[in-house]
Amino acid sequence: MSRLQSAFTRGRPALVCFITGGDPTPDATPAILDALVEGGADVIELGMPFTDPMADGPAIQAANLRALGAGTKTADIFRIATDFRARHPQVPLVLMGYANPMITRGPQWFADECRKAGLDGVICVDIPPEEDAELGPFLRAAGVSLIRLATPTTDAARLPAVLDGSSGFLYYVSVAGITGMQQAGLGSIEAAVARLKAASDIPVAVGFGVRTPEQAGPIARVADGVVVGSALIDLIATHGADAAGPVRQLTLALAEAVHNARKGAA
Amino acid sequence: MTTNTNSFRNQPDERGHFGEFGGRYVAETLMPLILDLEREYRAAKADPAFTAEFEDLLEHYVGRPSPLYFAPRLTEELNGAQVWFKRDELNHTGAHKINNCIGQILLAIRMGKTRIIAETGAGQHGVATATVCARFGLPCVVYMGATDVARQAPNVFRMKLLGAEVVPVTAGAATLKDAMNEALRDWVANVHDTFYIIGTAAGPHPYPELVRDFQSVIGKEARAQLLSRTGRLPDLLVAAIGGGSNAIGLFHPFLDDPSVKMLGVEAAGHGLDKEHAASLAGGRPGILHGNKTYLLQDDDGQIVEGHSISAGLDYPGIGPEHAWLKESGRVQYTSATDKEALDAFQLLCRTEGIIPALEPSHAIAAVKKVAPTMPKDAIILANLCGRGDKDIFSVAEHLGVRL
Repeated sequence: MSRLQSAFTRGRPALVCFITGGDPTPDATPAILDALVEGGADVIELGMPFTDPMADGPAIQAANLRALGAGTKTADIFRIATDFRARHPQVPLVLMGYANPMITRGPQWFADECRKAGLDGVICVDIPPEEDAELGPFLRAAGVSLIRLATPTTDAARLPAVLDGSSGFLYYVSVAGITGMQQAGLGSIEAAVARLKAASDIPVAVGFGVRTPEQAGPIARVADGVVVGSALIDLIATHGADAAGPVRQLTLALAEAVHNARKGAA
Repeated sequence: MTTNTNSFRNQPDERGHFGEFGGRYVAETLMPLILDLEREYRAAKADPAFTAEFEDLLEHYVGRPSPLYFAPRLTEELNGAQVWFKRDELNHTGAHKINNCIGQILLAIRMGKTRIIAETGAGQHGVATATVCARFGLPCVVYMGATDVARQAPNVFRMKLLGAEVVPVTAGAATLKDAMNEALRDWVANVHDTFYIIGTAAGPHPYPELVRDFQSVIGKEARAQLLSRTGRLPDLLVAAIGGGSNAIGLFHPFLDDPSVKMLGVEAAGHGLDKEHAASLAGGRPGILHGNKTYLLQDDDGQIVEGHSISAGLDYPGIGPEHAWLKESGRVQYTSATDKEALDAFQLLCRTEGIIPALEPSHAIAAVKKVAPTMPKDAIILANLCGRGDKDIFSVAEHLGVRL
């Protein structure tokens, strides 16, 4: 069983945490990643910084610019991932970002680097199924999951195309919008997750606009996983290189709410 | 009619690709909308009522056809080929941008969208979008880099007079690229009621195709006008390129005329070895803003800010059809520096009594170089895609004149 599969088959919902690699500096990222693991994150998404993060709200935009401002290079991201894999052999690590930094040295190069770094999957915001040939075949051949996004606008006609060739988990973007801005209603999330799960066996993690344990718990009752990003990024923005402590605290609270969401719910 | 497999005019393919360029590189939220837009555009293209309304507005609202003008004193001064201008600066709102906005707002209305957004650099596309929104009574939000808001104050005021909300964007270098990011963020959050009027022949399919089609009125008119005036086709077409909508609009109807050479002129800023906005000359293929094309970028694929004296050319990418035309060799591309554009700007003022925008001043700079090398019976047709009223403050500043 792969690391990603085992993260979603522990008999409880999974907590998925996102941070931007290199924010505030490449040297500070390992301690923040360790804090996420210590806090109980089941899957970690490591953001590859990009100059033009078109799908992100102000918090993650700023994180991208802080990381690039600190001189973060693609080589730093792969070094951070490689070192993480050595420290945490069992924790799934997924790279998330935009197409251009991923394909700029060729998709084969990128897929090889992901495999060598021990990455479990890749989420690329701006390569939809229609352009899969750009990256998907190379990742799949390297044994790296391509994790696709489904959104409120992904209708029944498109869903098979989104699911085709995706693996690891399906990231349900619960609001039509950018990261960190608003939360979707629980009813609409529940209906969407049911629709996605009826079409596929792949686990469904729900994100966008989830900031607190109080928000994460109810979503975890209906989904296989909950993704939190901007709230963690806000702590890094506030605490900088000393963010590991506060990040661990918030992750602990989120993990408790997510992992125990279904206890006593029957 | 048989399909000409050697045609340069049958791009893009059914997936929106111009060779390896173009495509639909957008977030999943936008994908269903992009597919909708494509279906609706196909239907509109086949609908004579849509074409009739588009042409009626171009004639009676925009003032088309724009004149084709032989420039006698500039020709004499350059002492070579005859120089002719397609006078798209005489359009309502002062540039070619309005052609495309008329087409897109008719599409928006056809799709039942009730809110319009746009990005703008120099402000010409913003003004054109605000204009058609006022004409059709739709609310309009224009994203504009804060740097551009400062250097294009008259256009900001025009947009506001026309009822648009102008949102200054402070991210990045606060220019056109950042305005486009912000417009995409707005769109993704308001897909249910909002239509994004993209200003240049770039972005995800079908935008490069539909913007080109709407702007092709420039080349279609020019071709008929020159044939009727001189009985022949031009030897060389010249147009400035930021995203490349005025250039593709002029070039496209001539692409299958093998005797017609074409020259696209990018902005070389301070020089190609310094800060510039010439993505074909100084960039390499990559993915940004929904399409694959030539981009200014570093080794890691991070986008590098463009620089040009012209806010309308200050973009680190280029429309994907130009990337394809460059690789196919059908169109040649060159560049002009800030200084060359400023010199050409003044040359046209002095010789022809026409104040051009800084964008077509780059095309005029190229004409200035190439005309003297051509025989006197040769014809150069350049696109005068915008007037210079909006630029007089920045030109004064560059010439050291205090207004």
